[in-house]
Amino acid sequence: MRGFLPAMELQRPASLSEALQMLAAHTGRPFAGGTDLMVVYNAGKLRETRFLDIARLPELQGIRETPEYLDLGALCTFTELLAHPAIHRHFPNLVKSAKATGALAIQNRGTLGGNIANASPAADTPPCLLAYGAELELVSPRGTRVVPYELFHQGYKVMDLAADELVTRIRVPKPSGTSVHYFRKVGTRQAQAIAKLSLALVAQVADGCVANLRIGLGAVAPAPVRACHAEAVLQGQPLANLPVAVALEALLADMSPIDDIRSTAHYRSIVTRNLLAQALRTLSATGN
Amino acid sequence: MIGQSAIRKEGRAKVLGATQYTADVPVEGLWRGATVRSDVPRGILRGIHFGEGIPWSEFTVVTAADIPGKNRVASIVADQPFLVGIGEEVMHPEQPVVLLAHPDRYLLEAARKAVRLEIEPLPAIFDMEASLRQDELIYGTDNLLKEIRIAKGDPAPIWETAAFVIEGDYRTGAQEQLYLETQAILAFANTDENGLRITIQGSLQCPYYVHGAIAGLFELPADHVRVTALEMGGAFGGKEDYPSLIAGHAALLAWKSGHPVRIVYDREEDMAATTKRHPSRTHIKSAFDANGHLLALDVDFQLDGGAYATMSPVVLSRGTLHAAGVYRCPHVAIHGRALATNTPPPGAFRGFGAPQSLFAIERHMDICAQRMGMDPVELRRRNFLRLGDSMATGQVIREDLDLAGLMDRALVELDYDAKRKRFQTENAASPEVCRGVGFAVFMHGCGFTGSGEAKLASVAGLEALPDGRVSVLAASTEMGQGKHTVFAQVAAEALGLPIELVEVAPSDTSRVPNSGPTVASRSTMVVGKLIQDAAVAFRQGLIQQGLLHEPFTPEAFQAAVRAMLARSGSYKTYAQYHTPPQQKWDDTSYQGDAYPTFTWACYATQVAVDTVTWEVAVEDFVAVQEVGRVINPTLATGQVQGGVAQGIGFGLWEEVRMHNGRMANTQLTNYAIPTLADLPEIRVVFLENPHPAGPGGAKGLGELPMNGPAPALLNAVDFAVGPLRLDEVPMTPERLLDRAEEVARG
Repeated sequence: MRGFLPAMELQRPASLSEALQMLAAHTGRPFAGGTDLMVVYNAGKLRETRFLDIARLPELQGIRETPEYLDLGALCTFTELLAHPAIHRHFPNLVKSAKATGALAIQNRGTLGGNIANASPAADTPPCLLAYGAELELVSPRGTRVVPYELFHQGYKVMDLAADELVTRIRVPKPSGTSVHYFRKVGTRQAQAIAKLSLALVAQVADGCVANLRIGLGAVAPAPVRACHAEAVLQGQPLANLPVAVALEALLADMSPIDDIRSTAHYRSIVTRNLLAQALRTLSATGN
Repeated sequence: MIGQSAIRKEGRAKVLGATQYTADVPVEGLWRGATVRSDVPRGILRGIHFGEGIPWSEFTVVTAADIPGKNRVASIVADQPFLVGIGEEVMHPEQPVVLLAHPDRYLLEAARKAVRLEIEPLPAIFDMEASLRQDELIYGTDNLLKEIRIAKGDPAPIWETAAFVIEGDYRTGAQEQLYLETQAILAFANTDENGLRITIQGSLQCPYYVHGAIAGLFELPADHVRVTALEMGGAFGGKEDYPSLIAGHAALLAWKSGHPVRIVYDREEDMAATTKRHPSRTHIKSAFDANGHLLALDVDFQLDGGAYATMSPVVLSRGTLHAAGVYRCPHVAIHGRALATNTPPPGAFRGFGAPQSLFAIERHMDICAQRMGMDPVELRRRNFLRLGDSMATGQVIREDLDLAGLMDRALVELDYDAKRKRFQTENAASPEVCRGVGFAVFMHGCGFTGSGEAKLASVAGLEALPDGRVSVLAASTEMGQGKHTVFAQVAAEALGLPIELVEVAPSDTSRVPNSGPTVASRSTMVVGKLIQDAAVAFRQGLIQQGLLHEPFTPEAFQAAVRAMLARSGSYKTYAQYHTPPQQKWDDTSYQGDAYPTFTWACYATQVAVDTVTWEVAVEDFVAVQEVGRVINPTLATGQVQGGVAQGIGFGLWEEVRMHNGRMANTQLTNYAIPTLADLPEIRVVFLENPHPAGPGGAKGLGELPMNGPAPALLNAVDFAVGPLRLDEVPMTPERLLDRAEEVARG
């Protein structure tokens, strides 16, 4: 362990309001599952020394289902997601991405809210949440606001999240009608791997045409991003004759992949486009 | 007992979590040790500065100036210092310079970060090309750590007349051993009326290597140094030479501080600083006649040996001795060079040079078959070594060797012919996932190379225990491979006892003789044979003394042992290694019997290449080998499956990314070894052919499984999506995509 444990301070607020007050007073950084923070600590690279243990706050827990959407507490672990029948019924991509996150021990501790607020471009669930059109509930002593998840990430580790705000809940609308769900993560291996890239696509089919298509991308931009250019090309197009080549070209404008320790910009660019092509083959096949 | 799957001697404690590894051993008054390393690849150390905010008076600080004896780690060439001193040259970016000890591990870590080294930088070289070009002269007069030539016949005139002359270049990357238990050493220093005594316990493969290193470091007589190997969580060669360095560090801190000191590397330090598999590049030029018979072979084999010689001379030796593969060839020239670079020295890793050169020749044979329009199976069949043939060094095959039989068995197990046809048809339709089958035929020399065993002259023995049981005495260590169990089986068989009556003594230099290092696939074959001989002598001794009469019961045997102890106080028998008279080797000409014998194998595999992501899935793997007689089928099967898994990692995923001489991906999140989800069922077949060199006919097995997977996999990938320039491992998806694009570009 390269971190200096004696310098670390972890406080446990008893309630959400206490947590928010402490956050506003800059008492510490939120610590939920800690699955990323502990790795950074172990490497001796964790700058902060003061943390707020928010893992037991009741307001951030549980999964509530309404006819229109699922309301997920930010502290939902990947294991809890995987155990909920409504997730399996309506959001198969969330199931796939939760299963692809870390090892079982990580899935038991890691939380959906943490996956979002940690803002790693390579996180597994965010591309799926983008493709499902999720919204985030953010709470501060100043009040509550709801932001579309697609506007939340603004750059590398830059978020629409004030210093005194907590991500409390994630709302995901249930796709209606005939929906196609595609998610694929390409990691360094088949389990316990961090993504080299990932792509999630969700679309409805109406009158033989693409409707409500959303694409989320992982690890090819400074943050999880929606593929707006590619979506625009495909929206409303007939399944029988999708403009695949144009969409793949447009996808280039949606990403800015880099060379890093896990892969190359070139591989990321080519394979992300290959995944979109594969997703569109799935989409066409569903329509027929 | 031989041939039975006896349960691991130490298995119960491991399964119950009761095993104490070096980091677990409770020690009263323990201090922790840490290492401050250079952070530049090359330069002159000018100063050491201790930063503010650290209570330095509480620490023990050791620098090169403190060293009482020789500041060189005992090795083949004693060129590596334990610590770099002021005014001396830093040769790589993980070089130990200052040692710190303190009881508090957290404070120790803070202090490690507070030491600043003042190093005057010198230009450094990081790869084999730069070393060969002598961009900088960093080692000796030519940057060569070792050079070897093997010559047989004369290839030169053949190139002009042969029907086919085919050349190829091949590369393999570094690979981390990735033992689960990181490097760990515990040191005690005590001074009594006879002087200083150093005791080392730790995770180490070769107690007598460490013993020699400590004796030299402190200039102590042999009996003032005691080294014990504790239970190990894997080693794979990674704990062959490096523990000598850590043990020296821990001993220096213990001696100066007056406290027991434990050094445990964390994963990042272990990955960055300790040894890896040597990166290699190989150029092969080969000539065939019109019927595909191999006429001549010229191999230029190069290893990146890092900043010091360490094990490079012998890794190079084994690599060059395996470079011609399993083929008969009248004219052979092999040129091996280990090149110095300003990187942490690589070292021993299962296979020891052979996986590198065998990758090249087994990939090359498939490429030659392609170029000549021949079936790779048939090409190999026409060229296999057989009884009476001579290898590159002139070593004559004296066994009834049937490589074609091995190959055919592996291909039948895989259903190779039918799959070839089926995949050819299926792949023609350009599906997203293309499938392929491939194989490699290879060998591994058992025991030390050349005259190594003769020089070692290893000794192993048996000792009577007070309750009438027997203990095996050998310095060979248990690192998970099953040595405790196999030694006990061999002794039990020779004594005619159940295995429960045979114990295996701890690998403690104060108690066991020097049976040599636990390396080179030698423990079962070489040391096992000594144990067998000592056991026969043990039993005969009891009979000759009139204490035991055949046939006997285990109770009668125990009574005889007790009677022997009552009569003479102690009863031990020993056996020492002697080179068989027919085995000849000349170190200067590299001619003769390089190894007492070889193990032989054919590994065949089926892969699926996803052309959407260029990921390769290994769908089936068949490992057929001839390893003499199998002593413990369960342990042997486990050895092969583990070796194949490591070989698959070497072939497809495990990439050491270097940046300015330093490993950049030192975490398990970015250095990818295979998980169970990445591996198929690994099907293991042993074809037994007992050999007189080993106990009960056993040969060495540990390293063989590492040699075959990489070329077999790339041959299969080439079948699936080739022909592509698949000349390098690991063949990551990124590389495979690049190679496919090369073809697309034309």
